Amino acid sequence: MMHNPTLRRASLLTPAIAVILLLIGVPLCLMGWISLLGKGTSSGVDWASLPSVANYVRLVWEEDFDGTMILNSSYLVIFLRSVVLAAVTTIFSLLLGLPVALWMAGLSRTGRDAMLLLITIPFWTNLLVRNYAWLIILREDGWVAKSVNAISPFGPVQLLYNDTAVAIGLTYSFLPFMILPLYTVFEKFDWRLLEAAYDLGATRKRALRRVLLPIATPGIMAGSLLVFIPCLGAFVTPALLGGGKTLMLGNIIQMQFGASRNWPFGASLSVILLAAMLIVMTAMALLRNRRTA
Amino acid sequence: MTDASVPPAVSIRNVSKSFGKGIYTVPVLDDVSLNIDRREFFTLLGPSGCGKTTLLRLIAGFETANAGTIAIEGQDVTAAPPFHRPVNTVFQSYALFPHLTVEQNVAFALVEQGLAREAIRTRVGEALEMVRMGAFARRRPAELSGGQQQRVALARALAPRPRVLLLDEPLSALDLKLRKEMQLELKQLQAEAGITFLFVTHDQEEALTLSDRVAVMQAGKILQMGPPREIYERPTHRFVADFIGDINLLEGEALPGGGVRLGPGAVVPLTCATPGKVTIAIRPERARLATVGEGTLDATVIHSAYLGTAMLHKLGLPDGSTFLLRQSESSGPPPETGSRVGLTLPGEAIRVLLQ
Ligand SMILES: Nc1ncnc2c1ncn2[C@@H]1O[C@H](COP(=O)(O)OP(=O)(O)OP(=O)(O)O)[C@@H](O)[C@H]1O
Ligand SMILES: [Mg+2]
Repeated sequence: MMHNPTLRRASLLTPAIAVILLLIGVPLCLMGWISLLGKGTSSGVDWASLPSVANYVRLVWEEDFDGTMILNSSYLVIFLRSVVLAAVTTIFSLLLGLPVALWMAGLSRTGRDAMLLLITIPFWTNLLVRNYAWLIILREDGWVAKSVNAISPFGPVQLLYNDTAVAIGLTYSFLPFMILPLYTVFEKFDWRLLEAAYDLGATRKRALRRVLLPIATPGIMAGSLLVFIPCLGAFVTPALLGGGKTLMLGNIIQMQFGASRNWPFGASLSVILLAAMLIVMTAMALLRNRRTA
Repeated sequence: MTDASVPPAVSIRNVSKSFGKGIYTVPVLDDVSLNIDRREFFTLLGPSGCGKTTLLRLIAGFETANAGTIAIEGQDVTAAPPFHRPVNTVFQSYALFPHLTVEQNVAFALVEQGLAREAIRTRVGEALEMVRMGAFARRRPAELSGGQQQRVALARALAPRPRVLLLDEPLSALDLKLRKEMQLELKQLQAEAGITFLFVTHDQEEALTLSDRVAVMQAGKILQMGPPREIYERPTHRFVADFIGDINLLEGEALPGGGVRLGPGAVVPLTCATPGKVTIAIRPERARLATVGEGTLDATVIHSAYLGTAMLHKLGLPDGSTFLLRQSESSGPPPETGSRVGLTLPGEAIRVLLQ
């Protein structure tokens, strides 16, 4: 029926393109549009309002009683905290994930399969449940808090409801996303290359730096993106382990769509979050291109 | 051996190596000793699993010996790490760095040596010219054919100017034609670079054509060591004789008064140290045809094959075994299949073998 290959390819691709447009493109456009509208009285969006950038202005400027605009840093602080927490989580995951992935790659076949299973098992339970588990582990009368306080030279420390708790929870939640791509790289790595490096006069450290590290870099980048991006938008972990005191972008977005019923402002926050993610991913892609060029 | 005041390029003294512990111990090398002269092309030849790679890895420093010492140009390196040994390896798998270009691969060791940028560039250029890979400097290993990768591996190992180059079956991944080509190039390269080569192969033909000296290994021991001609013409062990080229092995009995009896009335004039059962060996081209009754033995022609410059006859001996005889064209007309012939085994062509 269709002999033209271009036509044929187009027709075969149509379902995929339709799905992408319908399920990703349309909602994104909708969100962008809503972020320009005003807040409705009952439904969350005033569909009749004139589009404006007021919601974006609100992120940084606040109208004073007398109508002058003054700087409002609270959203900026939350944004910065989100970036810092996501970055810290990424670094923690990398520090923990590297040795684990290296060790796994050296195991026997059955050992590796068992470890892969163990690492994926947490995904079988809900994120909420897993964060509640940390709530129990870190709470004031838990054994972790008690033993930490017993040796702490600074007097009693609060483990829960602060940035540290959120960082711990996030690292725990996203560590597998770091381990898996790293493991994939190390599993394929030809360890004889290190011998070749020693043979050519490189010490152990130099061989790791000049051979293993550059070959593992794509895995490190992939893992870092997979941890950093979802961390930036996380809201369950900061809500539970941050106890409402340590807010991240995800929390305030959720609030705008929930309790505050201010969908347009929530949408503008989402657009900002999306933009931040795009910037990070573009930077990574550029970095990778420069490396391979 | 040359001048005694110059220490040999490689000196291995009573080296033993086993893997595993306790009841799982696998002995791999058993009291190996050898000296390799400077600028020598020395080959380790032996069947799969006899310990060739292990010996090479001991010299390179990737394994440590259980006993014995290893010295390179007079310097004891038994306990030195690989990066402190003046040897480089061409790995069987090439082990080129996939993330680096050809020239970066070749420069790897030079960077470790801390050479200046300019010096590195010249040396890399020289090394690549040597293996005729200059045009491929900017490619990555994945974009090269097997033979080209092999050349780059060679250039990479030669660039830092090692005292000894270790080559672990570097040609085994290549097809026959390329292999022959590379054999010649390798030999030429060694002469040009003036470096000692320690070459590993399980291909006897390769070993004989390339080497100044060959060591034949079996089950972790060196059985015989010497120039290719000596190994070929005067094998000392049954294993060596059998492993290299075509050869006829005959069972016989050494007589107390001298001579070895191969059968009723068939005695070859040889003297053995101790009387008793012996194995003797003779190459197909060293035996001669004779008139029936006038040779050492009588035999029947089972089958003949024309080889171009010679005929190869398969003969049946009285005891039922077969015997290969290569008859050059100049030595008269070939016998008919099925006919009876005499078989002369000249004493000087016969080797009495150790088991
Ligand atoms: N790391 C190791 N652990 C245990 N056994 C080993 C190890 N390395 C080698 N062996 C054993 O030592 C013996 C000799 O191995 P080696 O690799 O030296 O053989 P080879 O002569 O190079 O053989 P090939 O021609 O097949 O490469 C083999 O039986 C092998 O199984
Ligand atoms: Mg080997």
